[in-house]
Amino acid sequence: MLWEVDIYPAPGQPDLLGRQVAAAAAELGLAENLQIAAARCYLIQADWQQAQIDRVTLELLTDRVVERAIVAPVGDETLNTFPFPTSHSPIPLLLHVLPKPGVMDPVAQSVISVISDFGLKVETVRTLKKYWIDGLAQDRAKTLAAKLLANDAVEQVIVGPLPFGQLELGSPYVYRLTVVPIRTMDDAALQQLSREGQLYLSLVEMQTIRAHFQKLDRDPTDAELETTAQTWSEHCSHKTLAGRIRYRDESGERTFQNMLKETIFAATQKIRAELGPDDWCVSVFRDNAGIIRFDDDYNIVFKVETHNHPSALEPYGGANTGLGGVIRDPMGTGMGAKPVCNTDVFCFAPPNTPADAIPAGVLHPRRVAKGVVSGVRDYGNRMGIPTVNGAVYFDPRYLGNPLVFCGNVGLIPRAMSFKETKPGDFAVAIGGRTGRDGIHGATFSSAELHSESDSVSGGAVQIGNAITEKMVLDVLMEARDRGLYTAVTDCGAGGFSSAIGEMGEKIGAEVWLDRVPLKYQGLSYTEIWISEAQERMVVSVSADKIDELIALCASEGVEATVIGQFVPTGRLVLKYREHQVADLSMAFLHEGRPPIIREAVYVSPLPYTGEGPGGRAAGIEAGIQSSRFPVRDIPSPKADFCSILHAILSSLNVCSKEWIVRQYDHEVQAGSVIKPLVGAMNDGPSDAAVVRPVLSSRRGIVVSCGMNPRYGDLDPYWMAAAAIDEALRNCVAVGADPRRIAILDNFCWGNTDRPETLGSLVRAALACYDVATVLGTPFISGKDSLNNEFRPQGAAEPISIPPSLLISAIGQVEDVSHCVTMDLKSPGNLLYIVGTTHDELGGSHFQLVNSPLPHTGDGQEVRVSGISQVPQLDAHIAKNTFLALHRAISSGLVRACHDLSEGGLAVAAAEMAFAGGFGATLDLTAMPCEGDLDSTSRLFSESNTRFLCEVPPERATAFEAALSGIVASHIGIVNDDNRLVNDDNRLVIRHGNTIVIESDLASLKESWQKPLRWK
Amino acid sequence: MRPNVLILRAPGTNCDRETAFAFETAGATTEAIHINRLLESPRALDRFQILCIPGGFSFGDDVAAGQILAVQMRHHLAGFLSEFKAAGKLILGICNGFQVIIKSGILLDDEPSPSSEIPGPPATLTYNDSGKYEDRWVQTTVASDKCVFLRGIEQMYLPVAHGEGKFIARDRASLNRLASAGQLALRYSPRVSARVSSEGGAEGEGILPFPDNPNGSMANVAGVCDTTGRVLGLMPHPERHIDPTHHPRWTRDEAGEVGDGLQIFINAVRFFG
Repeated sequence: MLWEVDIYPAPGQPDLLGRQVAAAAAELGLAENLQIAAARCYLIQADWQQAQIDRVTLELLTDRVVERAIVAPVGDETLNTFPFPTSHSPIPLLLHVLPKPGVMDPVAQSVISVISDFGLKVETVRTLKKYWIDGLAQDRAKTLAAKLLANDAVEQVIVGPLPFGQLELGSPYVYRLTVVPIRTMDDAALQQLSREGQLYLSLVEMQTIRAHFQKLDRDPTDAELETTAQTWSEHCSHKTLAGRIRYRDESGERTFQNMLKETIFAATQKIRAELGPDDWCVSVFRDNAGIIRFDDDYNIVFKVETHNHPSALEPYGGANTGLGGVIRDPMGTGMGAKPVCNTDVFCFAPPNTPADAIPAGVLHPRRVAKGVVSGVRDYGNRMGIPTVNGAVYFDPRYLGNPLVFCGNVGLIPRAMSFKETKPGDFAVAIGGRTGRDGIHGATFSSAELHSESDSVSGGAVQIGNAITEKMVLDVLMEARDRGLYTAVTDCGAGGFSSAIGEMGEKIGAEVWLDRVPLKYQGLSYTEIWISEAQERMVVSVSADKIDELIALCASEGVEATVIGQFVPTGRLVLKYREHQVADLSMAFLHEGRPPIIREAVYVSPLPYTGEGPGGRAAGIEAGIQSSRFPVRDIPSPKADFCSILHAILSSLNVCSKEWIVRQYDHEVQAGSVIKPLVGAMNDGPSDAAVVRPVLSSRRGIVVSCGMNPRYGDLDPYWMAAAAIDEALRNCVAVGADPRRIAILDNFCWGNTDRPETLGSLVRAALACYDVATVLGTPFISGKDSLNNEFRPQGAAEPISIPPSLLISAIGQVEDVSHCVTMDLKSPGNLLYIVGTTHDELGGSHFQLVNSPLPHTGDGQEVRVSGISQVPQLDAHIAKNTFLALHRAISSGLVRACHDLSEGGLAVAAAEMAFAGGFGATLDLTAMPCEGDLDSTSRLFSESNTRFLCEVPPERATAFEAALSGIVASHIGIVNDDNRLVNDDNRLVIRHGNTIVIESDLASLKESWQKPLRWK
Repeated sequence: MRPNVLILRAPGTNCDRETAFAFETAGATTEAIHINRLLESPRALDRFQILCIPGGFSFGDDVAAGQILAVQMRHHLAGFLSEFKAAGKLILGICNGFQVIIKSGILLDDEPSPSSEIPGPPATLTYNDSGKYEDRWVQTTVASDKCVFLRGIEQMYLPVAHGEGKFIARDRASLNRLASAGQLALRYSPRVSARVSSEGGAEGEGILPFPDNPNGSMANVAGVCDTTGRVLGLMPHPERHIDPTHHPRWTRDEAGEVGDGLQIFINAVRFFG
């Protein structure tokens, strides 16, 4: 019998779900004033009588104080009758939304497991939602469903009564070995196989595989072909950036054997060598995450990943599993780290994009944003990991290709930082069961999206179950401390194929695929092998520890299964029952990929002024020309500087993200020191977050980030330099010691098969080397995501995202009581600007709000109207400035500190004032500038390495002494009723005798809070 | 004596470590025990003076927040927990723990319902009026002297972090009965104001606007105790405010020497000696 239980709000209780859907329909312009009644429903397939379903409904499924239930067998008329009194006809339209078969349904899983607690048996359970919609024509129902209620990648919509009487349980798998006749294929057939089999390998790679099997004198099985494709995928091997590249720019040609190794890694090697015995890097670019020293007992682990393509198709599931996946990276690093905080950065198209400007196959950016935020929220909060840092960037070019960066910091005992699988160890899978989820995720994430992506690759979309992962974490930490395994890694992209392939790379492995626990029947051996089902870890365990490990897992309800053994053969052998389905040499898998030389060229969007090397890049070692752009006339702002300030505060990148931040638990684990929102009303924008990961210690971790895709349109070299500077500024501003900051790189770019696109990436990597080595700030881990392009239906050219380099920084403070926040603290305190201001409005937010050019379509044209130069960086000055400012902050001389970034001085001053609830008066005359700058540049230039500091008058001398040798200048004062200025609640900025900005704090704050103050 | 605290863990519990740390800071000893162990041997309860069900998402909050753990406790531990209470011991449920003890009948006795012969709890915690999970700091005021955990406390500034924290009594009569018994012991109060009425009255007090009342709870209820005053459930997280640097404005010199939440744990420890 298939029972249905519909849970409605009790009379008098609000229908929150119905209201939310109606509001969202209005927001997206789909329909106004819909009346919607919604129910959360359960389908329960069980051999029960009415009394049994009634008992489960009453005692488990319904909260009788606020809810009421309708129970009947599916098909019964009561389920299809509008359950409220209604006076008019026709009755509202009935829609059901339910997960497609095989899609993760965590609530259903929980219900199945708790039903046994009632002493009852159940076949299966599925959840669904039911909507009664009044005011909507039948023909518009499908549109509403597709645009709002359901995502076709994972859910199905049924208009009217449910058309089935039982739930499918899957059918048994019948073993049949598939052999692919690759030896006889010509090039065209190889390419077709690569594309249609979703292998996404290049022709040369396919030819290499063909040659390999011709030599072996046999054809590969599908499992062998899939394993090779996974291992060689961009996602798993980073073949483009870690490959050979011939790069040309204005200063000549350079050939890389391994681009990443010669830029990013090389910087870290150089820094570590210079540190010598004081080297605090522990493990970099080798494990699932980078490891650095924290204190005498612990090391810190940090990783940031992207989950862009899945989030484009299914924002909730994509972001959900993005965060779930990156949390498993520290868990799978060394012998396993305990996650202590998350960071999340998103790039979306503007949420106010008109509905009719959305191409087919693309979700509305507002829906993407809401889905992504919910996905991160639900995973992070359920895992009990505070999400403490983040940022959101908006650009129309992220429309078809949003970016979702998820990061996790872990804490690991120093002695647990390394692992080694031993020959003879067993491979044990721990955690979630394996289903068809995410098949082809690794290869798909390396492909360009197009308007049919959601139908081709629906299997690549997954939904997570955070509680399963939390249960795995709990037993993993216990097993680690008891010494029950020799190594651990996570099942990420590529599933078991990648995890076991990596663990056994130097040994060899035999895997028994028929032993893998499955969610449902019917999976082939290849599907089991490459499934990317979530919440799975693999540990290698010696024979004498197996029983204890399995018993420990069982004691907390976690499934642990021996699925193979690491045997010293140098081969990867897969078996399904008695059949051998793959036999590959590890050497071919990991070293057999053909080298490809890629062309990369960088051409500036603007002619250079022709100045020689040097300039502000002085001391930077690469042969990058000083890339000055002609300084064009800034359209003389009919200079209402005040409205420009308000416009920048209201721009999407700058405005308050409180709507997002509050949905994240940023305080669980109780180590919170500096929260993402600070100030008198707990709502100002903190530069960075600080947490104490060890509750009995005063030592803190600082997390921040830097990113500015707008600069990349002008010069990716300076974009990368600015991103590093910004990440460090944010860290130093709250009190981090600049000598102990490590950084991560995440490159998200368009299709790097185009030499110009790859060229712009290489140019950014060169800056990473140059800047990191001067600052002494090592990269410890990184990740790239290429081919972030979308081809709308019928379009000749794809839309590429702007070059997007995220720098995530992890700093440390010895004693958190020395931390500072950015909000103004006391009337009468002095304001100092630290750092020199240049005429650098290129790519600035001043430019954005004054000359918003329409979206250019192919991403190749750059908005060059009325710009000066892009902010540049002298890393030597940056290094000295950070050190001096840190001295001042750690000596307690600074009451508030804020870095100057988007919007320059004006925005920083406004934010500090309204966050602190105190007005301020500044005079631009005293501002240290290069050359004679006008008010516009002084207010809004985005020059790097600048801060605004609040210093008590009695500490001014000491502050100036601490900053001796650094450019800094007294520029203003926190307003004081009794002294200088009368009005306590205004921001006043003068330039000599002219007041250039005067605004009350309430209206500045309103401008800043208004744009994303969503319900 | 130094009381021994059982910190109950379940799949999805995630505030166990910091809650144990708070109890230890207050002078207790703690032991984290998984619900499966307690179901196997409920007599393990005998070794403890305090049972604490910490925050988190037990069983993912699937079906409803705290519901599945509540069902398990109802089915297997009800008798043992009555005995635990009758022995003069203490039970504390924080956030998800509050949701568990209110839904399992440990906090408030089940009452017959007009609509069904099976009795159920007279009050519940359900979805916030905002319709979403939120983390924010709230001012709370102790509204009765009934509860052991809240003795001597007037106000606490604490964070809430939940999506289902709206307290609703089944009807006016239930609400009034709980209020007049002093069981609606902790209330949300306006952030800027010295003190709200310390009377326990429910009617007459308007519901504070968001965000002072962060979820729309009836009578601004943030915490509820049982008839003995020895069982407390509360939505705010006292274990997240025991250190001065937990305070969101400690850099503005607004924090005390210790966090406001610590006193709850000290009171629990002092109760035993």
